[in-house]
Amino acid sequence: MNTSLTNTARLLGAALRALLVLTLVTGVLYPLAVTGIAQGLFPGKANGSEIEADGEVVGSSLIGQSYNLPLGEGQETPEPDLKWFQGRPQNGLGTNSVNTQYDLILSGATNRSADNEELVQWVKDARAAVIEDNSVPGYTVKPSEVPADAVTSSGSGLDPHISPEYADLQVHRVAERNSLTVDQVRQLVDQHTQNRTLGFIGEPRVNVLELNIALKELTAES
Amino acid sequence: MSPVLAGVLQLLALIAALALAYVPLGNYMARVYSSTTHWRVEKLIYKGIGANPDAEMRWPAYLRGVLAFSLIGVLFLYALQRLQGVLPGSLGFASIDPDQAFNTAVSFVTNTNWQSYYGEQAMGHVVQTAGLAVQNFVSAAVGMAVAVALVRGFARSRSRTGELGNFWTDLVRGVTRVLVPLAFVAAVVLAARGVIQNFSGIHEAGQFMGGSQQWNGGAVASQEAIKELGTNGGGYFNANSAHPFENPTPFTNLFEIFLILLIPFSLTRTFGVMVGSVKQGYAVLAAMATVWLGFTALMMWTEFAHHGPALELAGGATEGKEVRFGIGASSIFAVATTLTSTGAVDSLHSSFTGLGGGVTMLGMMLGEIAPGGVGSGLYGMLVMAVIAVFVAGLMVGRTPEYLGRKIGTREIKFAACYLLITPALVLTFTAAALALPTPGDSMTNSGAHGFSEILYAYTSAANNNGSAFAGLDADTQWFNTTLGIAMLLGRFLPMVFVLALAGSLAQQKPVPVTAGTLRTEKPLFSGLLVGNVLIVTGLTYFPALALGPLAEGLAA
Repeated sequence: MNTSLTNTARLLGAALRALLVLTLVTGVLYPLAVTGIAQGLFPGKANGSEIEADGEVVGSSLIGQSYNLPLGEGQETPEPDLKWFQGRPQNGLGTNSVNTQYDLILSGATNRSADNEELVQWVKDARAAVIEDNSVPGYTVKPSEVPADAVTSSGSGLDPHISPEYADLQVHRVAERNSLTVDQVRQLVDQHTQNRTLGFIGEPRVNVLELNIALKELTAES
Repeated sequence: MSPVLAGVLQLLALIAALALAYVPLGNYMARVYSSTTHWRVEKLIYKGIGANPDAEMRWPAYLRGVLAFSLIGVLFLYALQRLQGVLPGSLGFASIDPDQAFNTAVSFVTNTNWQSYYGEQAMGHVVQTAGLAVQNFVSAAVGMAVAVALVRGFARSRSRTGELGNFWTDLVRGVTRVLVPLAFVAAVVLAARGVIQNFSGIHEAGQFMGGSQQWNGGAVASQEAIKELGTNGGGYFNANSAHPFENPTPFTNLFEIFLILLIPFSLTRTFGVMVGSVKQGYAVLAAMATVWLGFTALMMWTEFAHHGPALELAGGATEGKEVRFGIGASSIFAVATTLTSTGAVDSLHSSFTGLGGGVTMLGMMLGEIAPGGVGSGLYGMLVMAVIAVFVAGLMVGRTPEYLGRKIGTREIKFAACYLLITPALVLTFTAAALALPTPGDSMTNSGAHGFSEILYAYTSAANNNGSAFAGLDADTQWFNTTLGIAMLLGRFLPMVFVLALAGSLAQQKPVPVTAGTLRTEKPLFSGLLVGNVLIVTGLTYFPALALGPLAEGLAA
């Protein structure tokens, strides 16, 4: 009995020492080495791919934002500022509830199933809004033209991209609101459309923040 | 180019990359676990542990090493989370509650990485980097060690002493020679493409419309690399690999899928080399690859077809998916993560089509053996191979053999116990959760999909996957506790039987190959193996699947 107890204690001691040594290797040395290399070689990427407009940081090119008007009095949900290109719906984002000294972005998806009634309603509402917002005199959006990414939330809630189809659909509205020609805005979208990597990896896409920054520059010029 | 064609081409590129790595990595790992020399840094580590790296262990001693190391791992990680509030470098984040800390500690030690917390707002730098990421390495190394011990049970022909190697040596070598070098390269590649890697705490940045936003900095690239490579899957952020800071581009997405599958597939080569016939490795690989390709094709088909009211209305299965990855690559990722024990997600499975969600669940129910978790996939498939030769033996009335070992009553008992553990855990806990009044309150969706949320949770936990139908609010005492128990038993009971089986095999005198021996290196055997896997799993889980994903998928 006594020897088996001693053996167990010895074994657990060895296990603890093994964990501590391996923690030193994989939990201290390894991440510090990677951090050193990343910060040395590509600090911009390692620190969140921040992007500037007029010399000020306006966000990360990787993190989607919302482009809304300020909340009016008594308003609960903000209205989109239709002057700017709009991103995808963000119905899955969480609210910071634990460490409330911070105002953190909480990534998240809706996790609603394909037969969930709430999701069906969200899709219906989003589609109606996309049609209404983007139909301007001389250009009417047909329901069949609304692409799927315009009416669904992404996996992270922070998708920085929209499909080129959704960007094209917003061109007439954006041109009108900014007193630009449709061709000017369409050219801007084309310039900011990224194709598949090597022609086959991923999907074609438009980065909304980068597009809006370019749009802001264009309107400032004209 | 159509999205379907782009998806297929990405799959082909992935296969090509895995094929290129297969022989060199498989051979290298065989050398790692057969080498008799120690690196200088390893000698230092053994001195620190106080273990003799050359002492051979029989299966009970090997198992005691596994259990002791894992027990200490759970206690250490539990303590780290409970003390987070007073630890420096924790960004002022609060300590984790006892039930959630237990669940998370068990989750990371068992290679599951089920997460009932929001990474962003719960875990500071110290717990993430020195706690969770460390278990990403060592839990993977434990899985590989157990697999190698089983392979030695088949491979060691002359000794008949039942010795399986030394646990501490296998553990340390898995970390120093396999996981750390690979993870280091992968982490640098990821950081070069935009995955963040810093210790700057909570970062405040301006916004386009004015005002500011706050996001978490952290050692994400270093954790992301081992999260995929070690088939762990625990995200730094809540959205896991859908989060742009974890997975910023289409390339990183494909690269992460490659990392998930790299070691599990290559281990079949290691197995072949160690048992002295690479063809035996190819036969196991063929069975794994068949299931994996079949599942991927099925997933792509159902996701592109996007059946289900909301998805049909939207015009595509884009809910819960990122634009940059698209439907094709998201489907490939979802299958890779659930056919291994990873559980990382680049798109949220709960919003997949009904049948697509069923495919992810069925992948886990197979026992994650195609190709499975690092180590656990190989030993799971080898146990299935033992069952397959037994079934074949029954058909022709011969004593079954595998790799020159007789599969007798004792071996079959161990293999059968292994097979029964996870279904027993999954079905019992699911039934209990549904029979009790309160657990059902955690569901987000109702009906068949609500049932699927709970079935998915226990399937994921007992198979040590860690992905979720994340609509389920799993941060309750009931789910934290029962899922924790399912993870513990689902990880370590199978290991007990695997090591017992290995010990039993290692004591046998090899039987010579005769004209009547079932040739286990031939395609016929691979087919038999696939058939066995599908039939055993199908018979076990069909009623449960019929109530959940099949009901939802057929209604759509």
